[in-house]
Amino acid sequence: MKYTLCLVLIVMGIGLPQIAFSQLNIFACEPEWASLVKELGGDRVLTTSATTAHQDPHRIEARPSLIAKVRRADLLVCSGAELEIGWLPMLQRQAGNRKVLAGQTGYFEAAQWVDRLGIPEKVDRSMGDVHASGNPHVHLDPRRLLQIASALNERLISLDPSNAQYYQSRFADFKHRWQLAMERWQRLAEPLKGMRLVVHHQDWDYLFDWLHIEKVGALEPKPGLPTSAGHLAKLKHTLTEMPASAIVYTHYQNPKAAKRLSQLTGIVAVELPYTVGGGEGVTDLFTLFDETLKRLLKVKS
Amino acid sequence: MIKRISHISTLSLVLGLTPVYAAESESFNPAISLILDGRFSAYENETDYELPGFMLGGEAGRGEEGFHLGHNELAISANVDDMFYGKMTAVIADHEGETEVELEEAYIETLALGNGLTVKGGRFFSAIGYLNQQHPHAWDFSDAPLIYRGLFGDQLRDDGLQISWVAPTELYLKLGGEITRGERFPAGGASHGGAGANSLFAKIGGDIGESQAWQVGLSHWQADIENRTSGGHHHDGGAHEIPTYTGDSRISGIDFVWKWAPQGNASERNLKLQGEYFIRDEEGTVVMDDGSVTPESTTYDGEQKGWYLQAVYQFIPRWRVGLRYDRLDSDNRGSDQAVLAEAGLDNEGHTPERLTLMGDYSHSEYSRVRLQYAKDDSYEDTDNILTLQYIMSLGPHGAHQF
Repeated sequence: MKYTLCLVLIVMGIGLPQIAFSQLNIFACEPEWASLVKELGGDRVLTTSATTAHQDPHRIEARPSLIAKVRRADLLVCSGAELEIGWLPMLQRQAGNRKVLAGQTGYFEAAQWVDRLGIPEKVDRSMGDVHASGNPHVHLDPRRLLQIASALNERLISLDPSNAQYYQSRFADFKHRWQLAMERWQRLAEPLKGMRLVVHHQDWDYLFDWLHIEKVGALEPKPGLPTSAGHLAKLKHTLTEMPASAIVYTHYQNPKAAKRLSQLTGIVAVELPYTVGGGEGVTDLFTLFDETLKRLLKVKS
Repeated sequence: MIKRISHISTLSLVLGLTPVYAAESESFNPAISLILDGRFSAYENETDYELPGFMLGGEAGRGEEGFHLGHNELAISANVDDMFYGKMTAVIADHEGETEVELEEAYIETLALGNGLTVKGGRFFSAIGYLNQQHPHAWDFSDAPLIYRGLFGDQLRDDGLQISWVAPTELYLKLGGEITRGERFPAGGASHGGAGANSLFAKIGGDIGESQAWQVGLSHWQADIENRTSGGHHHDGGAHEIPTYTGDSRISGIDFVWKWAPQGNASERNLKLQGEYFIRDEEGTVVMDDGSVTPESTTYDGEQKGWYLQAVYQFIPRWRVGLRYDRLDSDNRGSDQAVLAEAGLDNEGHTPERLTLMGDYSHSEYSRVRLQYAKDDSYEDTDNILTLQYIMSLGPHGAHQF
């Protein structure tokens, strides 16, 4: 008797017709992927981002609202490479949506489609929060981003073949605009070559790889660990011998550490947008790189 | 559907879309995680612990004095295949000088039923309440709320089957039910051929803006109990009598949790408020089993209820403080008040309460050191309890539930 209600609901659950979607329901783990999905999917997709530029994508809670979103998603678009390991597997287990499990077509892991940097030879917790499959912050290299866009385009087509032509033409258009932008950025970024920067976390490795910028230190003594006075003193010592142009951090990181080191060394601290929504006017992937370069060039001049 | 997926994978092969290499460290080795928990506790009271109005069982108690080990557990988990997930947790503890291994959890869970359905089978923590499903190492205080101690012997877990369903709605809605053996405290006797307990639960939740998230749960548990024993009362060290209850038992509860973090970024500052209320109705017979043919007995019609409210605030990275208030009440009647009193069911006009303060430091997300003070008025004499605790986690440690 007690279970009648439960049973009825379960039967309803099975019986509910797959909600006839004219649009693909896409759950992006981070704003950069939501933005890419919008570029490629246009009005044929409905996109939500699980996180904002104000949130640390390493540390998100498997909140009820996110479970509800994963439950209804046709596709998850995430960085992968263990960036979301602290929350995404829990969402996938809780949501009961088999379409978006790892290994399914409904789970797209961006980092899987590019050459990753910083794959450790050995992984040990005493090294901090290191990712065995390499640095997951892959979106900050526009060359890699284009590779990811190409793979994502194929994924959209395989999930929604009836709109294949639409996706193909959107991708072609995006690719064209992106390549033009890349040429412009590369010209603009010429003076940044060889620039030396101190980072908060290893968020920028791919950007630096693209622009040939040198990372000379990190505010986190080990990835994921908060900075300490001792570590700042050590950094200061290194920086007096070999100075850097700036200390970079992003919105979700506490600026205190960067500002403290800036006081100690006289090196300017600069906030970079990191992802879409991470600064004024940073509304899509194009403006993300425009703004990032603008702020770095301002330091250089 | 399956046809469609296989069609798609062929398609991607044709397109030559192969990943550079798998980014996920998928290995055949299951994840092995070890929790280390050690404590030092100081109590002011020397008297035996009791909770007036409640028959204690399970792991309930105030804990050991001085240096001792807490909840050391070894968990092994992995996806069995594309359909099942499996997990086993063993607790290794000393009991009266002997090391015992207890199988705390051993369950499998479906991954790919789809349509929001999940089936779990084996031994697991019941999904009733909020705190019940969390492992003790994830608790914000070093001990369980008094109502969990009184009703569930700290935590309700059993062997059986659980079915849950997540609705395809904007608002998070999860409904589920469990049928379990009903042999462990607070059930007993594994009635109905070893399917003596069942429960229903519902959870709803969502976000309020960018900075707040909430969840509310309702739960109901019931069992037909045959010979549930408990420690009872040891007033006058006469012949050893074991209070034994037979009858029915129903527990209803409501729980909520609300979390706040500025712009949803919990790494700097965050606040968590949570509270739960449970009420239990029981009707049956209590027998004081002393091994004789005609033990003392009484009819028993009892109501026990209680709640707690707690707040935990992380004010800077690594550091948190917390405050918890517990309160219980009971109204137990029977044909023989003296027997009820012997069984620990007479609350002697006492309403147990407790105030707990805690502060903890987490060097990383894998290590935590905690200092806790409690003013415990849960029985006649007020106790002042100081606990120093460490909780460390080794190996891959899965995400915690909300």
